[in-house]
Amino acid sequence: MMRLEPQPGEVIDRGRPLTFTWNGRTYPAYAGDTIASALAAAGERVFSRSLKYHRPRGLLTADAHDPGCILQVGDEPNVPGAARRVSDGMAVAAQGAWPSLRFDVKALNRLAGPVLSTGFYYKTFIRPRRLWPLYERVLRRFSPGGRVPAAPPDGRYEHRYVHPDVLVTGGGPAGMAAALAAADLGARVLLIDDQPELGGHLRWGGPDDLAALTELRGAVAEAGNIEVLADSVVTGRYEGGLVAAVQRLHGSGSLTERLVKARPAQLIVAPGLIERPYVVAGNDLPGVMLSTAVRRLIKLYAVKPGDRAVVFTANDDGLAAAADLERAGVDVRRIVDAREGGGIIRVRGRGGVRAVECADGRVVRCDLFVTAVGWTAPTALVTMAGGRAAYQAGAARFVPAELPEGVLVTGGLAGDGTLDELVAHGRATGQDAALRATGASGGGAPISSLEPAAHPQLFAGRTDGVVDFAEDVSSKDLKAAVAEGYDSIELVKRYTTATMGATQGKLEAVNAIAVVAAATGRSIAETGTTTARPPYIPISLGALAGRNYQPVRRSPMHDWHVEHGAAPLVAGQWIRPDHYGDPAAEVRNVRQHVGIVDVTPLGKFELRGPDVPDLLELLYVNRWRKLAVGQVRYGAMCTDDGVVLDDGVSGRLGEQRYLLTATSSGATGIGEWIERWLQTEHPDWRVHMIPMTDAYASINVAGPRSRELMERLVSGIDMSNEAFPYMRVRLGTVAGVPDCVVWRIGFTGELSYELHVPSGHGLTVWQALLSTGADLGVRPFGVEAQRILRLEKGHLIVGQDTDGLTQGFSAGLDWAIKMDKDDFIGKPELAWQRVRDSHLMLVGLQPVDRRTVPPEGCQIVEDGGRIVGRVTSSRFSPTLERAIGLGFVAPHLSEPGTVVTVVLPDGGRVPAKITPQLAHVDPEGTRLRV
Amino acid sequence: MLLLPCPHCGPRDAAEFGYVGERVARPDPNAATPQHWRSYLYLRRNPAGWTDELWLHRAGCGRYLAISRNTVTGECRSTPGEAG
Repeated sequence: MMRLEPQPGEVIDRGRPLTFTWNGRTYPAYAGDTIASALAAAGERVFSRSLKYHRPRGLLTADAHDPGCILQVGDEPNVPGAARRVSDGMAVAAQGAWPSLRFDVKALNRLAGPVLSTGFYYKTFIRPRRLWPLYERVLRRFSPGGRVPAAPPDGRYEHRYVHPDVLVTGGGPAGMAAALAAADLGARVLLIDDQPELGGHLRWGGPDDLAALTELRGAVAEAGNIEVLADSVVTGRYEGGLVAAVQRLHGSGSLTERLVKARPAQLIVAPGLIERPYVVAGNDLPGVMLSTAVRRLIKLYAVKPGDRAVVFTANDDGLAAAADLERAGVDVRRIVDAREGGGIIRVRGRGGVRAVECADGRVVRCDLFVTAVGWTAPTALVTMAGGRAAYQAGAARFVPAELPEGVLVTGGLAGDGTLDELVAHGRATGQDAALRATGASGGGAPISSLEPAAHPQLFAGRTDGVVDFAEDVSSKDLKAAVAEGYDSIELVKRYTTATMGATQGKLEAVNAIAVVAAATGRSIAETGTTTARPPYIPISLGALAGRNYQPVRRSPMHDWHVEHGAAPLVAGQWIRPDHYGDPAAEVRNVRQHVGIVDVTPLGKFELRGPDVPDLLELLYVNRWRKLAVGQVRYGAMCTDDGVVLDDGVSGRLGEQRYLLTATSSGATGIGEWIERWLQTEHPDWRVHMIPMTDAYASINVAGPRSRELMERLVSGIDMSNEAFPYMRVRLGTVAGVPDCVVWRIGFTGELSYELHVPSGHGLTVWQALLSTGADLGVRPFGVEAQRILRLEKGHLIVGQDTDGLTQGFSAGLDWAIKMDKDDFIGKPELAWQRVRDSHLMLVGLQPVDRRTVPPEGCQIVEDGGRIVGRVTSSRFSPTLERAIGLGFVAPHLSEPGTVVTVVLPDGGRVPAKITPQLAHVDPEGTRLRV
Repeated sequence: MLLLPCPHCGPRDAAEFGYVGERVARPDPNAATPQHWRSYLYLRRNPAGWTDELWLHRAGCGRYLAISRNTVTGECRSTPGEAG
């Protein structure tokens, strides 16, 4: 056991013991333990295998950035094991090791070193090309990452939007002081910290630090207008000052994670500093740790990190770590201080640290090698916001050099100081931010400067070691890349994948820059840094997705359809009745008797005003100016590239009142389209558009007996063929419901009426039609029967029988397109299309074999395989008892009677004949005019 | 995420808007050459810097808005009266 006696600042709760499993074995833990601290307390040292060479990896940083401790927790892959706290019964496993962590056959990669040399991705698996599928299968096995669950995870995620005056990211002493000072001035403050509790580095400090921590935490808890989000990480800063943070709620409440989208007036960046590893041979052996890692393990989790240690330091924090180690009972065999000329040649060991070879030739046996060689300031948020970072050689780190508007920095990111200096800087920064945020003045008192302390530039030793622990890239790889001519840091990054792993440069970027600088003979400032982009930490797709608020739309008759066994059809946002059991029988009933179909999703727009005819003339390819009150016309719309956009019927209800209908799928877009032309091109036109799609329930009554049925229910309209002929519209009362719009139109090819009923009365009218017409044989029909009926009649569906390239003359709209109009949308392109005269034509198709229905999308070919068209719609027609279809063919094949070749999905070829017109049933249109 | 200044609703998250595109004047359909018309349809300036755009405040007032956006800094300004 490595667990120590209770430590003053420990975060574990010894009164709440838990158990969990690691690779199938049960381990003890305390509440507050991370997975890594509990395993370390139980003496485990190896948590993963490295990406390329499958070298054993232990703890390096003992925090969320630890690259050697990415684990599988239950179904969840890629969990940072040094940050995720243990919960009772948790099942944790190593990932990427095969067959086991202790014996990993992929470690043989080490023997295959040359194969995995720099840029091997680009060099090794290119040739021969035919072997790529084999390479891919093998590489898959070796790829990193855990098991993605087969089923959707049961976690719940949501988004939250907040608008604080001041957002402070980082809850160390400076961050807490900034939040307090801003709150004192009345600002609403959001304080975000990645740890479960506030405190930053004070948490592993001495008694004075712990006393200050208690005081600051207490003040934050008492402040009324500070909201603390613990266990949360700011992942990026975007345009408009948007700051995104992931709040982890694992195990508390019903939510898994929440993505917080904040638009603070002022952002204070106070993330502290990140300790850098040292590049030297053997630096990735289990037992090599950063000074902050051993202090976290000892002070927060009461874990003794080793038995015999060598400490290599270039600063006082390394000495403090050595003192902590000694207090924890670790035998500190030697402290090598770089400031006094000390150095390290290599770390020796196999599977773990066994000894350290010092520059003076001494070899010290130990199981723990602790380094404290410098700090990286995480400038990512500042640069994402448009600021700049510059290298300060004297402090051996990049520091924020230019701050963008609305962004302030404090704490270690700004500079170094005593606890009092950090708190004072934080307070002044918080005051300044509050005054700027609330617009009180140009800002507070000038902020005392916090200078980065002098620090030796110490990045790499004389031997080669690992630079990027996540991607398994060594200093040797970086030098090889430079030798091959990749002298820009951005190119070296992409070629070697250094800084491209899960740590994203937070640990390794400055070391990589230093190695490349040395190899190219340039300074670090000249070499520059790679670009930091969001997200700052790996982020779950669940958090990004949030909850699904996609609305579902149902017609007022929806419940009736469900009760009567309708098969649901998801059509965009709408749930529609596809059929009630037998679509062919529904078709026959419409052709022989009468049927009713719910067409509520049909797009409906009321247009009012004196200039509506001008609008219609612009929107549609055909003519509208002479449309009389009570008349209806079919219209087709194109976009300005001449491509068919939508179609439908529109009618004139009154002197200055029109009702325009659009396709169900196009309804929303057409409303926006009409508004766009009114608002941007013709704001002078006196036209008002009212979207009516949901205001009316729509029912189509179709079949030879539909007039009989309508006459029983309609009042105030003369339903005779003479008074109310085909392509007319009337207003009247249906089944006692006033203000209904009754159209006589015929999508199905039968005598039919379309009713637009105020939606609250939709179900009443629907049921009245069924009960009143029982003796006429009235039956409901669904979308499928309607599609068959319209295909029999040869009506195209925009988006089904046209696509994003189908211009007007290809869609059989020649009769409608009026090129002599002064203007309409798409006119020039249609004029040019007609002159070219080389376009595909929409034609009716009938397979020679009556029973063969080629699926929609089948290609039409000639001369052994050249594609000359395709089938856009196809069904078996119950009326004709044969296969029918619509399709596109090249112009030379469009003559009626031509036999074309259709390729079936199984490769078989069937002949199909071009019909004289699109309509297969009643091409003369006598049925709908009776 | 951009913060767009809607002259009717105030500053709003870009998620509320639909992006229509760079504002391009529609040529006279009876006089335009194919080159002219197709540059109206397909060619955009896409500058690094200020660009005049049309946005639809779909989840807001439903108005088409003329907005000037700096593609480098993300700054956005309303240019009222210009969208009609």
